[in-house]
Amino acid sequence: MATQRKSIKRTDAAKIAASEPDLGFTGESLWQYAPSPESTDHVVLQKRYELFIGGKWVAPKSKKYFATINPATEQVIAEVAEGDAADIDAAVRAARSAYEKIWSKMRPSERAKYIYRIARAIQEKARELAIVESMDGGKPIKESRDFDVPTASAHFFYHAGWADKLDLAFHGRPYRSLGVAGQIIPWNFPLLMAAWKIAPALACGNTVVLKPAETTPLTALLLAKIFEEIELPPGVVNIVTGARATGAALVAHPDVNKIAFTGSTDVGKRIQAEVAGTGKRLTLELGGKAANIVFADAPLDQAVDGIVNGIYFNQGHVCCAGSRLLVEESVHDIVVRKLRDRVATMRVGDPLDKNTDIGAINSKMQLDKIRALVAAGESEGAERWSSPCALPKKGYFFPPTFFTNVAQSSRIAREEIFGPVLSVLTFRTPDEALEKANNTMYGLSAGIWTDKGAKIFWMAQRLQAGVIWANTFNKFDPSSPFGGYKESGFGREGGRQGLSAYVEVG
Amino acid sequence: MTPSATVANNGLARNVSVDQVAVEERAASLAKRSLKKSAKIAGLRLSVRMMDLTTLEGKDTPGKVRALCAKAMLPLDSDPTIGPTAAICVYPNMVPVAKHALRGSKVKVASVATAFPSGLSPLSIKLDDVRRAVEFGADEIDMVIDRGAMLAGDYQKVFDEIAATKDACGAAHLKVILETGELGSYDVVRRASDIAIAAGGDFIKTSTGKIQPAATPSVTLVMLEAIRDHYYATGKRIGMKPAGGVRTAKQALHYLVIVKETLGDAWLDPDLFRFGASALLNDVLMQLEKERTGFYQAAEDFSKD
Repeated sequence: MATQRKSIKRTDAAKIAASEPDLGFTGESLWQYAPSPESTDHVVLQKRYELFIGGKWVAPKSKKYFATINPATEQVIAEVAEGDAADIDAAVRAARSAYEKIWSKMRPSERAKYIYRIARAIQEKARELAIVESMDGGKPIKESRDFDVPTASAHFFYHAGWADKLDLAFHGRPYRSLGVAGQIIPWNFPLLMAAWKIAPALACGNTVVLKPAETTPLTALLLAKIFEEIELPPGVVNIVTGARATGAALVAHPDVNKIAFTGSTDVGKRIQAEVAGTGKRLTLELGGKAANIVFADAPLDQAVDGIVNGIYFNQGHVCCAGSRLLVEESVHDIVVRKLRDRVATMRVGDPLDKNTDIGAINSKMQLDKIRALVAAGESEGAERWSSPCALPKKGYFFPPTFFTNVAQSSRIAREEIFGPVLSVLTFRTPDEALEKANNTMYGLSAGIWTDKGAKIFWMAQRLQAGVIWANTFNKFDPSSPFGGYKESGFGREGGRQGLSAYVEVG
Repeated sequence: MTPSATVANNGLARNVSVDQVAVEERAASLAKRSLKKSAKIAGLRLSVRMMDLTTLEGKDTPGKVRALCAKAMLPLDSDPTIGPTAAICVYPNMVPVAKHALRGSKVKVASVATAFPSGLSPLSIKLDDVRRAVEFGADEIDMVIDRGAMLAGDYQKVFDEIAATKDACGAAHLKVILETGELGSYDVVRRASDIAIAAGGDFIKTSTGKIQPAATPSVTLVMLEAIRDHYYATGKRIGMKPAGGVRTAKQALHYLVIVKETLGDAWLDPDLFRFGASALLNDVLMQLEKERTGFYQAAEDFSKD
């Protein structure tokens, strides 16, 4: 009896490795979902977009334009103006003038009304914005429709509420707005990042020059159309599209009071060096290599859903992605088994298909980077598993992938891949989990999966990460501050804490 | 009972926990699958073949049961390629009527038993109930677990009663009704699922239909996860039957998506997945007719049995 009981207590994983019954997710399916593409009929894109400066659409001084392509089809969908230093200067002047004459003098409750109008207009145009976001950036329509656009709107609603209540935000201390904010945003959540940046700046009484990412400028330009429509005073928000040089010109401009940057750690470091000694305020939200820590006592099926959401959300183009799975060794095999079956059901393909779970990689450059790091993982001896799903012939696609047998020292455990690639590592004790989780230059986010509340608190107190999720992952709310430790940056966005990035507190 | 057939020896002393928020979120996310055209038609036709067309009322009569049997064999007279349903589900006394009415067809007769719906009778009576239904010709027995024992922590009693019922079934298939609406949490649902599977249930089933809430997508997902873990461990496929609360074609398709993406296509089969329903069939037929003709037909165009 005793021996029998002992044999049953052996982990299920051992049995599984021996028999490996196959759920058959990888073969030809009997019941296929028919294609269900979102209609693009009512979306009218211009052939060419100018710069939005001082409330007007103006041609770039250089007369240069660049193409923005749909990464799922590799086709050009529009041409966009390439702003240079002269355009940035015009935009900063417009922002300064709007700041001095209008926005900083406006009653806060009036400012709030404009911001509420922006929030509502985003809701009204939600469908168009979602479709364009998916066309320009490659993300699945279910994400742009159910996450990006509603959350962007929510950020404007939330900050509109703060505009006339800032007295309550800083413990009664006096405060004033900063002036002109230069904001540079990434390509992974184009509209949402614009909202994260613009909403608190406006609520606190600043004006803005925004530089969208080169590969995903369109929804920021549609947002400019919304500003026109709701009659936001000219110059309060200016949008200057372009590439790295455009962003550099914004950072270098002497009349900018604050720089807010979201993007890579490399560029963030350069910006910090450049801004040093200028008196410009700076917030940086940079890379990450988040540990998603799964204890043996966790609800494993839900943990697997959380692992999937943590790394494959938005093709893994997420700075706070749970890209390092730390799993307690006693449940490693079963978790990997469950993960493999779950990922095999994910549908990769046309971002506009409502059933697509993983869309296109944002650009050829990013696809090459992902491929290079995956090759490095293979050559360093990690075991690769990629979903056998069919990939479209055209466009930039990469199958959801994970590596097991990953060493803590391996490149795929240390470098941010920014793609649908997960590294699986194991630990034996909470101490070891903590040590491995913190053993990175980054510190943006972390996840903890356990049924024990005390373990959650013990870990959360010791993890060096700005955002910690317990029994969930990749959850965002405007009221919750977001930002990093260490080389993931500094400053917070969202919540009461995020407001202090846009005011001088006395 | 052999010494090995105990809760402890089946590894059931340990609880598998379920996160309520996450499991509900996952079930809801699967409702967003968009099923159009051929996928919709194939899913709806499959749903009809998965149905246990049910009448479990005190006022059931032979006439009512015969009408239901006719509907089960030929759900839509204008299209004999639709159906038949998997089974008819009735009380034990109605089994002979159903058996006779369904002779020559492939439609099975399922009978509830074990002092359905409460199950709060002595085990000997519950087992008699089962044996009688099987003698009457039931192909499948839908038993209820002792929820009181489950909630009191007497897992061995729950296990033993299921095992004894399985013995009493003989060749008949056993579906184990957990009555999830009375179990209070997904953790208990999961534990009851594990016990029912370990004790010999061929199917696990959510509800009697007499208690609200009955089947929900998330409780079904929790039970499918138990089935999946059993499959991982043994290679054996246990069936699943959500019952009660599934009323619309859209809901039925949602359940099929949950099954497909949790357990794979092998479970998209009437041998492994059933709907316990009475109102669902006509809504599915109405949607199928709409797909065929392009128009919604009046509700009166479908027989109400």
